Amino acid sequence: MKPLQDILIVDLSQFLSAPSASLRLADLGARVIKVERPETGDICRQLYVSNVILNGESSVFRAINRNKESFQADLKVEEDKKQVLKLIEKADVLVHNFRPGVMERLGLDYETVKNINPSIIYANISGYGEEGPWKTKPGQDLLLQSLSGLTWLNGKISDGPVPVGLAIVDILSGAHLAQGILAALIHKAKTGAGSKVSVSMLESILDFQFESITTFYHDGGAPTIRPESNSAHAYLGAPYGIYKTKSGYISLAMGAIPLIGELIGCEALSNYPERESWFNNRNEIKKILANHLLTNTTEHWLSLLEPADIWCAKVMDWEQLFAHEGFKILEMIQNVKMGDGFEYKTTRCPIKIDGEYFTSTVGSPSLGEHTAAIVKELIT
Amino acid sequence: MKPLEGIIVLEFAQFMAGPSAGLRLADLGARVIKIERPVHGEAGRQIALKNLFLDNSSLVFHTVNRNKESYAADLKSPEDLECIKKLIQQADVMTHNFRPGVMEKIGLDYEKVKMINPQMIYATVTGYGTKGPWVKKPGQDLLIQSMSGFVNLSGNKNDDPVPVGAAVSDIITGSHLSQGILAALFKRIKTNQGSWVEVSLLESTLDLQFESLTTFLNDGNKKIARAEKGSAQPYLGAPYGVYKTKKGFISLAMGSLLKLGEVIGCAEISIYTNSDAWFTKRNDIMEVLETFLINKTTQQWLDILEPAGIWASAIYNYSELLEDEGYKILKMDQKLKLLSGEKVHTLRCPIRLNDKRIFSERPAPRVGQHTEDLKKEFNL
Repeated sequence: MKPLQDILIVDLSQFLSAPSASLRLADLGARVIKVERPETGDICRQLYVSNVILNGESSVFRAINRNKESFQADLKVEEDKKQVLKLIEKADVLVHNFRPGVMERLGLDYETVKNINPSIIYANISGYGEEGPWKTKPGQDLLLQSLSGLTWLNGKISDGPVPVGLAIVDILSGAHLAQGILAALIHKAKTGAGSKVSVSMLESILDFQFESITTFYHDGGAPTIRPESNSAHAYLGAPYGIYKTKSGYISLAMGAIPLIGELIGCEALSNYPERESWFNNRNEIKKILANHLLTNTTEHWLSLLEPADIWCAKVMDWEQLFAHEGFKILEMIQNVKMGDGFEYKTTRCPIKIDGEYFTSTVGSPSLGEHTAAIVKELIT
Repeated sequence: MKPLEGIIVLEFAQFMAGPSAGLRLADLGARVIKIERPVHGEAGRQIALKNLFLDNSSLVFHTVNRNKESYAADLKSPEDLECIKKLIQQADVMTHNFRPGVMEKIGLDYEKVKMINPQMIYATVTGYGTKGPWVKKPGQDLLIQSMSGFVNLSGNKNDDPVPVGAAVSDIITGSHLSQGILAALFKRIKTNQGSWVEVSLLESTLDLQFESLTTFLNDGNKKIARAEKGSAQPYLGAPYGVYKTKKGFISLAMGSLLKLGEVIGCAEISIYTNSDAWFTKRNDIMEVLETFLINKTTQQWLDILEPAGIWASAIYNYSELLEDEGYKILKMDQKLKLLSGEKVHTLRCPIRLNDKRIFSERPAPRVGQHTEDLKKEFNL
């Protein structure tokens, strides 16, 4: 039995943030019905990435919306809205990520929904919260990365801002929404009471930076200064970083500089016995390390460092990773199948419970694929 | 009433991933008790950013371990172990991130714990899962970023691999751990049975990349190509990226290039009428934009772009962010008073329940601060 078996989620959300939460809940056993507007559906269907179109729609949509059903409805049409309200009446969870004010205009705000279904969990993601000067700004991943300070944590001092090359804000806010919904489901199971769960992309990406923002609060507001080279963290000392070798790259996490010097035969590093110097003199230490590590292969350095329990790794790309036994054994890739028989590959849920991976062979739905069946089963 | 009130979590986990899950559960109402070795406590107390320490523990430790209690026990001492077993009898959840084999030796592996408390949610974090060639490899954030392919997504074409300057693997893994624990707690209400929840840093960091990975897996495994300059997402076409302006930087998200050209008055990009070119000619287009956007300040561009509905943002550092009304209105920060009298200025939980922010005044504990009280309370 999957933990969320028999939980019904009506998901009005689109794009990446909240749909990634309902994907997680679907994998944990919930039934997720995506309510999509006619013709276009979730705008993510048209978000082409790298021109990769899978069975007519974007690969990103296919990744986020597998294991869900699609119900087509125009919330501005009375008839359609009535049907959706019927679904909401039966649902355990309602999810949306409209901008502030939209659900009120549609007559689907929490107060109204609560009257129809008092124990519902009403969950939403906004861009910047529901008040303040930014509340009407578009809640888009790169824009949130830009405002939140995140882009100054990555890369080296001579770089401009360096964004994270995936939708990190969407994914974190989706993860937080899923946490809030799960906690509210526990509360509901114990007390019978519903809840409203709200997450904003801005608060989520601030939470992600809680270590460095707390540091910023404590060091007198000193600017974030990234290392000159081999940077992996603005607030950590040497050797923390990625280094080029004769054969590729090696990453080195925290470790005692003189010990590392001894292991790799780099005498100059013995000049830094003090722990404080590893941070204060990190640029010169990194330069010494970088020059030295360039003289031999990643495998050679790993063979010296790993036996001494120094935290290090070979930097790999996906092809190298996929070929490795350590990856294969995880069975991380699954095949899913759409209603029309189209198959594609994607990753599975990363959580394992009682030895079971929560895989699912159900692919993403075509727009309105399940409308008729849902009307028959849940509405009439 | 917070949703997890009455839930007792024993946190054997150290460093960041496991403790970040504990923090989230604590903020949602659970009572989290850290089980730490006497005197020195958990190893994370010594991991510091910028060499910052308060009351003998690193500021990072205070950030991740606020709102928790501490019980000191030497798991190798039979007497202490007996007390811990009594505590396990009365707890709901326990978390640890020991390498595979350690808890078996101590006698607190899942099979043994299940005999003491069949309803226990036993939650573990590993680096790479529990079998395969990497089982004994240290599971550390930067190493996982390096091995999972993640470092190839950020930065520009000619950069070395670019890690994210925050503990991204730890944090995403911690969020999956808390999701698994919450799902298992929910299931327990229905079935009265405990569960074993497992996550690994590697699987979680692959899940973080699920959109890009799905694209890669169905795209003939094409190599990732970062943009030459201003790259923000290797799989997205122009204008997606960051650009220098006359004053500061600006980010531009996805949208019609033609509309963008019209709005900013850049005739040179109007020749790219075929949207395929936005990806295939990405570097050319971004270069045109770069030379054009340098002519006005970020604010001047935003005044033109935002009213036209184009997704754009200023790029802030922490001092700019923290001074903005858009940040202040979130009331995202809180100050916690330590026993030493010092104060920790940090962030709160990002989730809001029933429109209320979740604050907690309880700071991180000293090692064993609550041992005596807990002994009395739980009859140990």
